[in-house]
Amino acid sequence: MSVKPANLELREVSGPSALGGGRHRFFELLWLMSVTEFKRTFFGTVLGYVWSLMRPLLLFAVLLLVFTKIFRIGSQVPHYPVLLLFNIVLFGFFQEGTGGAVASVVGQEGIVRKTQFPRLVIPLAVVLTALFTLGLNMIVVFAFMLGFGVTPMWTWLLFPLILLPLGVFTAALAMLLSALNVRFRDVAIIWVVVATALNYGTPIIYPMKIVPGGLKQVILANPLTPIFQQARVWMIDPHAYSPLTIANGPVPLIAAALIYIGVCVAGVWVFNREAPRIAEQL
Amino acid sequence: MTTHAPPQVAIEVSGVEKTFRIPTQRVDSLKERLTTFSQPGYRELHALRDLSFEVERGEFFGIVGRNGSGKSTLLKILASIYAADAGRVRMAGRLAPFIELGVGFNNELTARENVELNGVMMGLTRRDARSRLGAVLEFAELEEFVDLKLKNYSSGMLVRLAFSMMIQSDAEILLIDEVLAVGDASFQQKCADVFYEIRDSSRTVVFVTHDMSAVEQYCHRAMLLHDGGIRAMGPADEVARSYLRLNFEQAPGEGDADMGGMADITLLDVWLEDGGGERITNVEKGAELRFGAIFEAHRHVDGPSFGFAFDNADGVEVTGFGISLPEGAPDAVEPGQRIRLGGEIENRLEPGRYVTKCWVHREHNLANLVLHSPHVLDFVVYGKEGAGVVALDHHIAASVKDGAAVGDGISVEGQR
Repeated sequence: MSVKPANLELREVSGPSALGGGRHRFFELLWLMSVTEFKRTFFGTVLGYVWSLMRPLLLFAVLLLVFTKIFRIGSQVPHYPVLLLFNIVLFGFFQEGTGGAVASVVGQEGIVRKTQFPRLVIPLAVVLTALFTLGLNMIVVFAFMLGFGVTPMWTWLLFPLILLPLGVFTAALAMLLSALNVRFRDVAIIWVVVATALNYGTPIIYPMKIVPGGLKQVILANPLTPIFQQARVWMIDPHAYSPLTIANGPVPLIAAALIYIGVCVAGVWVFNREAPRIAEQL
Repeated sequence: MTTHAPPQVAIEVSGVEKTFRIPTQRVDSLKERLTTFSQPGYRELHALRDLSFEVERGEFFGIVGRNGSGKSTLLKILASIYAADAGRVRMAGRLAPFIELGVGFNNELTARENVELNGVMMGLTRRDARSRLGAVLEFAELEEFVDLKLKNYSSGMLVRLAFSMMIQSDAEILLIDEVLAVGDASFQQKCADVFYEIRDSSRTVVFVTHDMSAVEQYCHRAMLLHDGGIRAMGPADEVARSYLRLNFEQAPGEGDADMGGMADITLLDVWLEDGGGERITNVEKGAELRFGAIFEAHRHVDGPSFGFAFDNADGVEVTGFGISLPEGAPDAVEPGQRIRLGGEIENRLEPGRYVTKCWVHREHNLANLVLHSPHVLDFVVYGKEGAGVVALDHHIAASVKDGAAVGDGISVEGQR
């Protein structure tokens, strides 16, 4: 309990903020919170990991049945089962990250109202935890890919280039939604619906080439579409169309890019603006 | 932004204001926001008004005030949980904010993991937090439970861990909000020792409490907040007296109790005495305990009865008593009359902290409440802890007899 008799200087206390308390502390706290949450889910119970894998696998099994036996979309797409599983797992990350983050700040009310720490850690820890889960699930996906005869490609190494824009987008939405949900508690409810819409508005269970013209423009405006499409090319099927080919030039993708940038800017701006007042509004 | 200032000031608060805008109509959903066209109205609550003070390095500084006086808001601004609307706060050194003990503990994690997480939350590095684990657990006397999840801890164990965490955090400035009323008697003693130690060290403590005996015991200086402003500031005992005066002077409607206007009868003073008639705030288990209170009537009240009850730290009402005016005299009080209660209480209280509640009824009818104050006096009973809530006397003896029938080989006698 020794206190260094250092010559302490008065420093202005800046109040609560998104990043307050130093970068070092921010990252340590972010890491620690994500890791503990991750450990809790996966190693806290015997079936932890099995359960978390059950969800995408079951969904995968159902969709696979429906779209290969009933609708037969799958039969036109090379490596459809693997592509489907890969897409489900990838979208699962987005859904878990944003869906978990929406209510995260409100849910952590106890610590937000009673202690000072960088507020941004809360939604970002949810996204980071989802990223860890994705990492674990990707092991299974790669096993499936090899098992279903996808030939290993050097482009697999480009997976981080898929994750980066997806992760940034997820984090930005997590910030935006968690901050808005403090003010408007129905954001969480609305987001469930929007996320489901996005699930169908992204080429996950269907390939882009069967989408009719008008709807195609809408789906192309979804920032997730080019990410998922590029992922398909790099990871599963090098002969699939790239986002640029599908869109027939860069112009249709501008809307997606603008939305992407808009969400990122809004996420940072809204969270920063709300952070100092979050404790009061809870 | 760093400025050079005399190093002896640890906390400098200048011109801090905080106003809460309380919407007259709460709009907390997007749906309502979109469907409500009128601008929602606000009522302004001035929690802090142009507050300025300084706390010197090494000081044990108390902040007291009634509920709603702004002390929690101030503490939260000091702790960077709330942003001030105006003014600035400057501090010298690292701060360990403890608005409440055990904040940020995760029940699903073990003590080991929680110490690390909590340490980082308080601004330690992970390595630092881990290196303190031993010291934290040792002080909390929880070494054997290091790998037990907190959900399996008792509340006493949690409090010990949290308090220990705070003590070991090594921050130069500690913010402490009402934590003394926790733990068993021996741990309380340990906490008291630490408080004395901190009091005499170069660490600075801001201590918010309702407990005037604690203020007098530990604080070098204290500040009384009232309506968001400083009502009194100075030596701890003087401020404690101002607080008590403020508490008893005021009609209960303005503070703790929810009754409108000035009560017909108010409590002027309430205290405990030892056998020698000396006022006390701590009493040894089983020692003679005398009780006193003075009320003043402001209007004519028929058939007044005066009640007091003691709650223990768990919020359990341990005992209570109701007193009426003596027979023979008129069963009514007139404006300006004072009523004095006094006498002995059989002290069967177990060690711990007790809160005294007070109420007054008219016409001996429980439904006619004249006064109700849930928190008029705090006291601590110390001594060896027994089982249960109260320590009842017993006269039970065991005896062994020879040669008799097997059946009454051992008899247990009860007297009285």
